[in-house]
Amino acid sequence: MTTLAIQMTGIDKRFAAVQANRGASLEVAKGEIHALMGENGAGKSTLVKILAGLQPPDAGQFFVDGREVTGWTTPQALTAGVAMVHQHFMLVPTLTVAENVVLGREPTHGLRLDRQAAVQAVRDLCQSSGLQVDPNRLVADLSVGEAQRVEILKVLYRGAQVLLLDEPTAVLSPPEVAELWGVLRRLQQGGATIVLISHKLDEVMAISQRVTVMRQGQTVQVLDTAQTTAAELARAMVGRDVDLDVQRPENQAGKPLLRVTQLQVQGSRGQPALLGLDLTIHAGEILGIAGVEGNGQSELLDALAGLRPYQGSIKLADQELATLSLSQRTQAGLAHVPEDRHQRALILDYSVADNLILGKLAEFSRRGVLDQRAIAAHAAELIAEYDIRPTDPQVPVRGLSGGNQQKVVLARELSRSFKVLLAAQPTRGVDVGAIEFIHARLRQARAQGKGVLLVSSELREILTLSDRIAVLYRGRIVAMLPRAQASESVLGAYMTGAAQAVTHG
Amino acid sequence: MARTAWIEMLFPPLVALLVALVAGDLLILAYGQNPAAVWHLLVDGTWGNFYGIGQVLYKATTLCFTGLSVAIALRAGLFNVGAEGQLAAGGFGAGLAGLLLPATMPWFFAFMLMFLAAALCGSAVAAVPGVLKARFGAHEVIATIMMNFMVLALLNYLVAAHLHTPETLHTQSIASGLVPRLSVLLPVFHGSAANWLIVLAILAALLVGVVLFASRFGFELRAVGLQVGAAENAGISVGSTWIRAMLLAGALAGLGGLNFVLGYKGFYEDGFAGGAGFLGIAVALVGRNHPLGVVISALCFATLSQGGLAIHALVPKQMVEVLQALVILAVAMAVPEVRTRLARSVRGKP
Repeated sequence: MTTLAIQMTGIDKRFAAVQANRGASLEVAKGEIHALMGENGAGKSTLVKILAGLQPPDAGQFFVDGREVTGWTTPQALTAGVAMVHQHFMLVPTLTVAENVVLGREPTHGLRLDRQAAVQAVRDLCQSSGLQVDPNRLVADLSVGEAQRVEILKVLYRGAQVLLLDEPTAVLSPPEVAELWGVLRRLQQGGATIVLISHKLDEVMAISQRVTVMRQGQTVQVLDTAQTTAAELARAMVGRDVDLDVQRPENQAGKPLLRVTQLQVQGSRGQPALLGLDLTIHAGEILGIAGVEGNGQSELLDALAGLRPYQGSIKLADQELATLSLSQRTQAGLAHVPEDRHQRALILDYSVADNLILGKLAEFSRRGVLDQRAIAAHAAELIAEYDIRPTDPQVPVRGLSGGNQQKVVLARELSRSFKVLLAAQPTRGVDVGAIEFIHARLRQARAQGKGVLLVSSELREILTLSDRIAVLYRGRIVAMLPRAQASESVLGAYMTGAAQAVTHG
Repeated sequence: MARTAWIEMLFPPLVALLVALVAGDLLILAYGQNPAAVWHLLVDGTWGNFYGIGQVLYKATTLCFTGLSVAIALRAGLFNVGAEGQLAAGGFGAGLAGLLLPATMPWFFAFMLMFLAAALCGSAVAAVPGVLKARFGAHEVIATIMMNFMVLALLNYLVAAHLHTPETLHTQSIASGLVPRLSVLLPVFHGSAANWLIVLAILAALLVGVVLFASRFGFELRAVGLQVGAAENAGISVGSTWIRAMLLAGALAGLGGLNFVLGYKGFYEDGFAGGAGFLGIAVALVGRNHPLGVVISALCFATLSQGGLAIHALVPKQMVEVLQALVILAVAMAVPEVRTRLARSVRGKP
């Protein structure tokens, strides 16, 4: 048996009412890429946070390099070479790459920072790891993928031997993902051990040697990747068979519902984000918008929803939306699943029942007084229909898993009378079981003759659901393809600007 | 579930009070006195006799109004530091209305007019920061602080230059619409300033509770306070909610002015607010922005401030002010919403 870099057994961890880990275990061999899978709320992140010393476990044993550790804290973890690559980037935007990397452990020249030594150290690290970033650039100017590379450089600079990555691909485009895999493999060859949290089956299949599957805080299975299949992993995660590639019935697109012409929108820093965009969504159609994040998707959604001023015309069933407020747009027939669930879609401290009536207050109040009975009935109905768990309508939404939070949003939006649904990243951070459910609901909306605008950074999602696919690149639609003509590689080429603008159909 | 929620709600302020009491013990010891004797004197001088109780109730009435004012604004995500100025303006409005009313006006109409004047003046003062915030994004803390300076200076000028009775800094006595003291019906309270406006304070707390937790407006107001983005996305007009919350907050603080003007002196006197508006911030925080909590914490702070006079025999009465400051500091550290608000303003988000 190879030596174990990490061995955790019987780990318990409780947060107030939630038992995040119950007797969870994890064994990671030295030098392997080990995937940690599970639905949202399965306890993966908690286990990894314990491993990184960010949180103490309530109970359990824990060995690093065969040595039992107790009272594990982040500095101790770092000394032992165990470090977390943060997913929400913790970088100082006004400093350069090199300055960020050495921050906290700066090479000094007398009392001053030795800038040259810092730059050289980062260059050396880039060379040995295969990560490519210019050490002299400002972090503010980096793309998301580059910022992630800086986070990895940071932990390498601190001499990390065990790297913990929590859903590192959530923010990356396909070429960036491929690049990340290259880097991880190279680090592995250099002797590093990597623990990777993911709920994307294809990723785990592609990169890991072994997989630990967690469900409800417990470790349910440890598998050799070479001897398993994506279907088996999905079953282990959810506890039943899952079908992610439902055949799409042929498209019966009807009359145009939403017409966008010459849409120009400015981004939050005043830069032009959309440069004259045209698109039409028909009844009974899902139009997918593919693109690397930051190419105008957010601005498009904001403009459609009425959260951002724009030039050009947006017509919903021949009604011009320009002068309509947000709530008037909702009344005109727009439903919206926002991309930022926590900031835009939900009030985390409100109960499930209260979140389900957001934007519908007129229906649930009489002469300014809330109708608690109607609110409770509405909640009970939607909780049952959308299988929201826990089923208690008075639980604050904060306590729900990502998948259930998204079901709350979806339940609220789809239960309006709407013509067009704007679905932004509808399955981001959502577990496999809930993804299947959400996809089924989007298809159902299409079958009912609604129009759906699907914006997603998951190409696979776009390809599974869409009837037509538009690729957004630098504020323009560079390709409009019927589903039959689209594939991951074709879309990838347009998304990165490698292919020239064309429009079909 | 509900039980843990209650514990989470009550725990921080109780711990804060405990910490402050222990720190107070140490201070008293450092001064060379016996803490037990001082506390005994404090309780004796407040809840130990009816005069003390009456004085506590009188002070709690004003604090209840200003505490509610701060609490309802905080529920909308606004830090109303301007309750002091709103309180003073409310008292002035009532006093001025009282001067203009004919002495023969029936009590009810006179009282209602002064009531409206107090609420409107408080609202008017609070409206300015509300509109500035909604329209231009001006930070309400700065705007409310500035309004305090302007309002207090303006009132001082108006009274000192035009409206005072000679040799004093107060206006002439109001002839009709004054609120009787508790001692009229309950002679045990004789000599204390407690008056029937305490009933109004409790009604105000009930009303704030109903507005916050049972009305559509309260639902929207709390939504804006908790998650601006999601509230906006749900079609709630954030700006108008802010303005309405400030109008309500100003009206509540303004009504607090009635306690001094109609319930105690019968005239407006410059500087009567005396920090009760600022103390309202502490009252709201200790009361966790809940109307019931505000009523209880108003009683606590009123006890401390009345107790300051009682313990004067053993330690300087400033000791109580130090103690109040300790409570506020301890609460600021212990109460989660204060911490997150501070963290947010550091990060530059609303």
